Amino acid sequence: MHKKDLGLAVLILVVGGVVALINPRFLSPINLANTANLIGLFGLFSIAEAFVIVTAGIELSVGSVIALLGVIFIDLIVNQGVPWPLAFVIVLAVGGVLGAIHGLLVTKMRLQPFVVTLCGLLIYRGVARFYTADATAGFSFGHSFPTLEWVVSGRSGGVPHSIIAFAVIAAIAWYVMHRTVFGRHLFAVGKNEEAARFAGINTTGTIVAAYVICLVLTGISAVFFGMYTRSIHPASHGNFYELYAIAAAVLGGFSLRGGEGSIVGVVLGVILLQILQNLVNLLGIPSSLNFAVMGSVILIGVLADNQFSHYRDRRRQAKMASSLSERPESVSAMNLGLQGKRRAESQT
Amino acid sequence: MSSGFTISLSGISKAYPGVVALDDVSLAISGGEIVGLIGENGAGKSTLMKVLGGSIAPDRGTIVIDGESLSSLTPAEAMARGIAFVHQELNPFTNLDVAANILLGREIARGPFRALDRRAMARTVQPILDMLAAPFGPDDAVADLSLAEQQLLEIARALSIDARLVIMDEPTSSLTLSETNRLLGVVGELKSRGVAVLFISHRLNEIEAIADRVTVLRDGRNAGELLPGEIRRDRMIGMMIGRDLDRFYEKRAHGRQEPVLEIRGVATRAFPEARANLTVYKGEILGLAGLVGAGRTELARAAFGIDPILHGEIILGGAPLKPNSVVAAIKGGMCLVPEDRKGQGLHLDFSISDNIALPSLPRLSRAGTVVSSRELELAEASRRRFGIRATSMRNPAAELSGGNQQKVVLAKWLAVEPRLLIVDEPTRGIDVGAKAEVYRVLQALADRGVGILMISSDMEEVIGVSNRVAVMCRGEITGVLSSDKLTELGILNLAVG
Repeated sequence: MHKKDLGLAVLILVVGGVVALINPRFLSPINLANTANLIGLFGLFSIAEAFVIVTAGIELSVGSVIALLGVIFIDLIVNQGVPWPLAFVIVLAVGGVLGAIHGLLVTKMRLQPFVVTLCGLLIYRGVARFYTADATAGFSFGHSFPTLEWVVSGRSGGVPHSIIAFAVIAAIAWYVMHRTVFGRHLFAVGKNEEAARFAGINTTGTIVAAYVICLVLTGISAVFFGMYTRSIHPASHGNFYELYAIAAAVLGGFSLRGGEGSIVGVVLGVILLQILQNLVNLLGIPSSLNFAVMGSVILIGVLADNQFSHYRDRRRQAKMASSLSERPESVSAMNLGLQGKRRAESQT
Repeated sequence: MSSGFTISLSGISKAYPGVVALDDVSLAISGGEIVGLIGENGAGKSTLMKVLGGSIAPDRGTIVIDGESLSSLTPAEAMARGIAFVHQELNPFTNLDVAANILLGREIARGPFRALDRRAMARTVQPILDMLAAPFGPDDAVADLSLAEQQLLEIARALSIDARLVIMDEPTSSLTLSETNRLLGVVGELKSRGVAVLFISHRLNEIEAIADRVTVLRDGRNAGELLPGEIRRDRMIGMMIGRDLDRFYEKRAHGRQEPVLEIRGVATRAFPEARANLTVYKGEILGLAGLVGAGRTELARAAFGIDPILHGEIILGGAPLKPNSVVAAIKGGMCLVPEDRKGQGLHLDFSISDNIALPSLPRLSRAGTVVSSRELELAEASRRRFGIRATSMRNPAAELSGGNQQKVVLAKWLAVEPRLLIVDEPTRGIDVGAKAEVYRVLQALADRGVGILMISSDMEEVIGVSNRVAVMCRGEITGVLSSDKLTELGILNLAVG
């Protein structure tokens, strides 16, 4: 665990402890289960976002994709009679295709990720609304999918399946990002694409894969959300979720410049954001202040982290300056060679 | 324009830790005079220019401008005294028009809201453009100007601040012959208007054509001055070299064996019309010399697949190499140690061990998972083999000195065991001890049969280390010198084209 993650974990414990002291209902099984469920739901697409952010990209269409894939999923199983496992696979495939398109536009066409995915945000929202003629997609009377409901929104021993799915996916994502060659390439491309290219890394493939992973995971999240709300208003379903995901990633130590961050950090970021939401409810703070509280905490967190890393850099530089004196780059090699030679000759 | 302007530098010295960049250098120039400043790469020309421009304060020496004695200048003072630069690297604001570029920071405004007076700006700029016979107007977009026209724009900018001394640093390096001739005409025009011109160029024929006097720098010192009538190519080259090249380097005889890399008729984006041909043999160190901007780095990048090849083909180990694919080049056994160590060679924030492992990850992993013990093993082996001085291989590469960083870059590439290694300025900015180690590593590799293409602007290094030297000029190989014919004079003659 990085120092950054440790700090975040401590913050979560402190905030949680304070809330629990003021309002003991925080620790009631019902509240814990509900919060865990929300952590699971929001965590899935926050991890998705992290894969793109680490490549120095951004994915703004997450919320719209959740709406679009949600209405497609419900339409397939309710109106088209497609078996739900097949519908699940179709939804993930559509997510993958959209991700590939984003990735190719970013790499091959050299468009900025912000622009590409902003257009995605608008397009998919519009398509989702058109798909249902702006009507709510939901389950009419008599439609029941007991297995699907159990798998996606059920509980085992009081633990919501959404957070179990989140835990499993987070574990896999941690392994992929921090232990595999592909993960190393993600960081290398995000930190310095030029050097990564010189190192023989297929930068295009790596970036496209990041967008594909992102929207496939978003597809999983879309199914969980669809079954959680059970009816989807395509005009509002998933609004602002991309910003939520970015916030969680940034809190978790991901730099929007790429190449930095850890999955443990995003997981903790998601947990903190949900506890903050919960805190607003439990402490009787007007719920209209919800976003304001979230924004303030993120800002303070990022500021503190920023100051801390400045301090660390200064200390490191001071240490370097005292131990090594680096040659200025502007002085040419030839000069160095001659000076050195003279010195070598005078010594012999 | 003012006349009677004089500026003289005397006894200028500037030292950096361990290096003396300028040692007791003097230079004088007056209005209406064109002085050529020549010297090899690294002779101290750039440092001297920076002293004139005020961006470097000399350790010792005096600057006398119009009889007033100063110990150093600030950039603002230099500008106020009419010293203007036309840089080799042009950085115009391509998002602005011609007049806005020329008057940048001195815009003409009117009204209470300081609205730009575009007509007044155009009126101010037009006479200068007329004087230069510029083929563009004040309202034209700079993005549409050619390189030569951008050069004129820089000169116009210099004149707009009423420059009395214009310093031109390699102004013709990216111009065609006819553009060069026009520029030289403009320089003559400046002279006739009483402006002093300090003309820095590697192109000795240009110096011959226009300079009234020539000052030669060598190893940070005055190597001499040539007066009218003495300015001849052979004298200039003689003064630029001016020293015996004792063999300081260990070099082994090399019998040519089979070729590893063949570059056949290759054109890069920098020189689309050029056709470069070059063969690197197994076990040799082939030096690639040339002036800055001759297209050497571009050729290396194209061979390695970073940039596309516009014409021709690359043969690696007897088989044609898929163009524009670094992955294919590495698979074929080619590696490139890039010139820009910090931007291209390393991930500075990553640990030393991560950096070394990066190109070798497939070998260091099992089923896609990085085996950290193998990674650390490689890092420790590299530390011993290259003598990397670091407290821990887990520390970020940014903490290392330049020389140790370069060892990490070499270690990173040698871990993939290439059969052809391209090194671009392998010892730039690193200290002598590290240099010797880099040479030792290159020689050891060549002994094991690796073909090495070494791009270097350090003459002594090129001659000392290489078995053969190819010389490049304007995107083409103008000659290959074998070991017994390696002289600085021979290389310079091929390099200036």
